[in-house]
Amino acid sequence: MNKKIKQQTAFWIFRIMSAIVVLFLVLILGFIISKGIGVISWKFLTMMPEDGMTKGGIYPAIIGTFYLVGGSMLFAFPIGVMSGIFIHEYAPHGHFKNFVQLMTNNLAGVPSIIFGLFGMSLFVNKLHFGDSIIAGSLTLGLLVLPIVIRTTEEALRSVNDSFRLASYGLGASKLQTIWRVVLPIATPNIITGLILSIGRVSGETAPILFTVAAYYLPNLPTSMYDQVMALPYHLYVLTTSGTNIKESRDMAYGTAFVLIMIVLIANLIANALRKFLSKKVKMN
Amino acid sequence: MKKNISYIFNRIITALLYISGSITSIVVILIVIFLFSEGVGMFGKNPTEEGFIMAVNKTNKVSHLDAEQVKLLFDGEITNWQKVGGINDSVILFRMDNITDYFTEEQIGENFENLPTCLSKVVDSIPGIIAFVGKKYIDKNFVGKELKIENINIGGFLMGKLWFPTAQPVAVMGALPLLLGTLWVSFFAILFALPLGLATAIYMAEVAHPTVRNILKPVIELLAGIPSVVYGFFGLVVIVPFIQNTFNLPVGETAFAGSIILGIMALPTIITISEDAIRTTPRSMKEASLALGANHWQTIFRVIIPYSSSGITAGAILGIGRAIGETMAVLMVTGNAAVIPNTLLEPVRTIPATIAAELGEASQGGLHYQSLFILGCVLFIITMIVNLAVEFISRRNKRVAS
Repeated sequence: MNKKIKQQTAFWIFRIMSAIVVLFLVLILGFIISKGIGVISWKFLTMMPEDGMTKGGIYPAIIGTFYLVGGSMLFAFPIGVMSGIFIHEYAPHGHFKNFVQLMTNNLAGVPSIIFGLFGMSLFVNKLHFGDSIIAGSLTLGLLVLPIVIRTTEEALRSVNDSFRLASYGLGASKLQTIWRVVLPIATPNIITGLILSIGRVSGETAPILFTVAAYYLPNLPTSMYDQVMALPYHLYVLTTSGTNIKESRDMAYGTAFVLIMIVLIANLIANALRKFLSKKVKMN
Repeated sequence: MKKNISYIFNRIITALLYISGSITSIVVILIVIFLFSEGVGMFGKNPTEEGFIMAVNKTNKVSHLDAEQVKLLFDGEITNWQKVGGINDSVILFRMDNITDYFTEEQIGENFENLPTCLSKVVDSIPGIIAFVGKKYIDKNFVGKELKIENINIGGFLMGKLWFPTAQPVAVMGALPLLLGTLWVSFFAILFALPLGLATAIYMAEVAHPTVRNILKPVIELLAGIPSVVYGFFGLVVIVPFIQNTFNLPVGETAFAGSIILGIMALPTIITISEDAIRTTPRSMKEASLALGANHWQTIFRVIIPYSSSGITAGAILGIGRAIGETMAVLMVTGNAAVIPNTLLEPVRTIPATIAAELGEASQGGLHYQSLFILGCVLFIITMIVNLAVEFISRRNKRVAS
């Protein structure tokens, strides 16, 4: 009897603790969505900030984040996927592969502010890009590289070896097998990873602080050597260093709402894709 | 011929794959090189403002001071030479502007031509003086004694208790408050996140109905996906005022607020890794325990947790690593006072927050700039140790499992 009571108590504690974790998410999302949704309007999304960023919209920040996400993906996605292919399909088992995997894990654990420091000293100063879209994109690209590599590896691991063997059996070379057989099966999973990393990149602040982000710009960027405003930095500025923090609070809620929505939508699409895929695999 | 081309093509692609395969290693090595090379020039430099020296009366027994002591002297916190190893005499501060207190403008001269002589006279006539003067006004007839200020060294940097990198007349760079602040905030974050995370992981892996688990899983993914600046914003507008009102504090931006936010942010890491570890417990072990008459809870407590303990440890360590490196959220809610923390209810400042807050103002290549890169190195080394520890634990696991 004692045994049973103990078990019941323990399980109820687990349930309550898990409920608290869910509560955190509900609180954060609920707060930002309820405060932010009233601010969102077509005007808010398509206008420049006005009156010392207390009125108007966040259009330049949205555009800036869009450029940064695009630029970083353009860099990180091909290299990350190739790196994943190399680690899973090419690298011989042994010390070299272990080392490469260790370094990938290490890079994934490097704090984002370190990427900011590194991006500033390499791209901004040494390569003389200045504070620019290209410097920021490359810095963000390096940050998501480990994530892209890992998802690619995972996607390749889920491809059954019998496909590879069948392809080899038909006389295909290793490259042909990867290109024609393995990648087509793995692509949807890789894309899922890509979508999640877009969510991650669009919210990163520390790496862009010193490589691209601008407090306020009256014009949209015209080349990749221009600075841009970006959503996460805009939110940071509005809440901490603006001149009228109180008056711009509404703008901050709206910006936080947009950021949350990007992450939420990225997660929803990724989840839907995953579900759709697992069904498809079952049908096969 | 065609075969040749395809052979070459093959080789090129393979080479490309090899190159991109090693990119992460190259980046890690580049990060180390860049952070270190940008910052290392700081050591051995003198923290006194360039072009200036410290001078004292020639009878003064004190011949050298460290930056911290100079800072305290000029702040008026040390008022007697006895405290820094001199004789019992009160300290008289002297800056260049003070010269007009002792001499008229005519005596100094229209073009400051008599300034060196005047300075020399002042320093010679006041035994307790410490003068912060421009080097170019010191000529060979100067009767005072130049006070040597200790150069910046690694020990002083890591163990120094004051962080005033832009202070005048001497920059004081002691990273101890920042280091302790980082560990302090992270420690309490984990203290709060570990029980919650562990309980949730066990619940998801062992107790929860699959439907509940299917709800929890995306919740945790979303928690991991929320940008840190949004966490910081939430902390600033909800948690900070809450703490301020509950504990009746002058400011709500405290280590406590940082710990709560960091704890929530570390939860997904702890939960995902611990849950994975718990799931790897072989079915046969669980069934053996159940067959011996143990119930589910006993099996969890006596079999599953001990079996997956190293995986759980890895999750906890990785969570700590995340907390230590987190920048924006901490920057926004901890108040950023560079003092050694005593309680949870006062402002602290962490290493990442310091870098983020100060790098924008530091001039490139200057002492302050370099010190921030060295802080980056310290942070990098800490997270590297964390990562290697996790790697070591999980590799040992794999070996045991196989």
